[in-house]
Amino acid sequence: MKHLIDIIDLSVEEIDELIAVGEDIIAHPADYEEKCRHKKLATLFFEPSTRTRLSFESAMLSLGGDVLGFSEASSSSAAKGESVADTIQTVGCYADIIAMRHPKEGAPVVAVRRSTVPVINAGDGGHNHPTQTLTDLLTIHRELGRLDNMVVGLCGDLKFGRTVHSLIIAMCRYSRVKFVLISPEELRLPEYLREMLDKQGIDYLETQDLEAAMPELDILYMTRVQRERFFNEADYVRLKDSYILTPDKLVNAKESLRILHPLPRVNEISVAVDDDPRAAYFRQVANGKFIRMALILKLLEVK
Amino acid sequence: MIIGTIKDGIVIDHIPAGRGMELYRYLNLDRLECEVALIKNAASGKRGKKDIIKLNEVIDLNLDVLGYIDPHITVNIIKNGERVQKMHPALPEEVRDVIKCKNPRCITTVEQELPQVFRLTDRETQTYRCIYCEAKAK
Repeated sequence: MKHLIDIIDLSVEEIDELIAVGEDIIAHPADYEEKCRHKKLATLFFEPSTRTRLSFESAMLSLGGDVLGFSEASSSSAAKGESVADTIQTVGCYADIIAMRHPKEGAPVVAVRRSTVPVINAGDGGHNHPTQTLTDLLTIHRELGRLDNMVVGLCGDLKFGRTVHSLIIAMCRYSRVKFVLISPEELRLPEYLREMLDKQGIDYLETQDLEAAMPELDILYMTRVQRERFFNEADYVRLKDSYILTPDKLVNAKESLRILHPLPRVNEISVAVDDDPRAAYFRQVANGKFIRMALILKLLEVK
Repeated sequence: MIIGTIKDGIVIDHIPAGRGMELYRYLNLDRLECEVALIKNAASGKRGKKDIIKLNEVIDLNLDVLGYIDPHITVNIIKNGERVQKMHPALPEEVRDVIKCKNPRCITTVEQELPQVFRLTDRETQTYRCIYCEAKAK
């Protein structure tokens, strides 16, 4: 029985297989409508997340399965002080597969120890969120037709953004990928990840200038820069607008550039960019459902 | 300062100066009934200063804890006033219930019955990380 806690639990071959199944689902959705008939997915959301939960539920319903679960800890037995391990063991008696989100980091590691059914980590605090990374990978593959040989720009909060960290870890495994890390000094990529890139001899560039970096990029992955992350207000005011993507900043970008964002956005991408064919973030949302369908099939070992 | 020699017991030598008390706590030596001497800042040929712990009884020592503090520590087993064994603890792959995760967002902060386990993730830098949240041991 396999679980998914961290993106590195999956080999490159397994990721390629999931992407292939995801693309087949998109091409032939009718072939998958009955694949999980009489199977149940439990969505255990100890912390609310409408987008991820609905994506998982929609994925299972599209496979012909059923869903049950809770959307916040207060409506679960966790509010009475039940441990994660006990909750998981109990739910394993009612469902065939579990997707769980928990505010505490490492909760899924505890969950899988006692689980009798596959567990998918749907986010544990600021730690891992592997299905977002799978979504990003499927999107890049669909948009550019490859996962290697490209320049990936990551912009905004690179320090605290878990989606950025996981995407870098996942994409490091493909050849000839260069990263352009665009962030204010305060929000640089953590040292351990820069060390990892150095050790693996992966090409990367750190800059504060989004517009200067733009012409080189094949992918631009935007994240939100939050005011509370800055040490002083003056720096925030100075830098906040430079990380808001507007149509004029895209003037020198490639036609083949694709813009991704894990969403929800606040103001870091102007709505004026939404109609640009290079804006892929809403297609990315749709891909999130398809890759979760592929993942559910894989973990349930449904052919 | 003179600390008497021991007939049967253990001498934990070459402890980095200033970390003897930490080791004393990790090894739960306060629970022992036998005589325990903690010598701080003893003269050391190699390092200038070192800490030493002497026990006048042979007990089962958690070598992983010693290896985690510093793999250069030596453990000498004394019988009838003679050293019969000298051990060098290795850098352990895992340390269990020795250090606590300091990450306030870690699952161990709310589920306190969970064992506190740290795993060696980089031998070169001797980095240990929590097996749950992957925070670095401090």
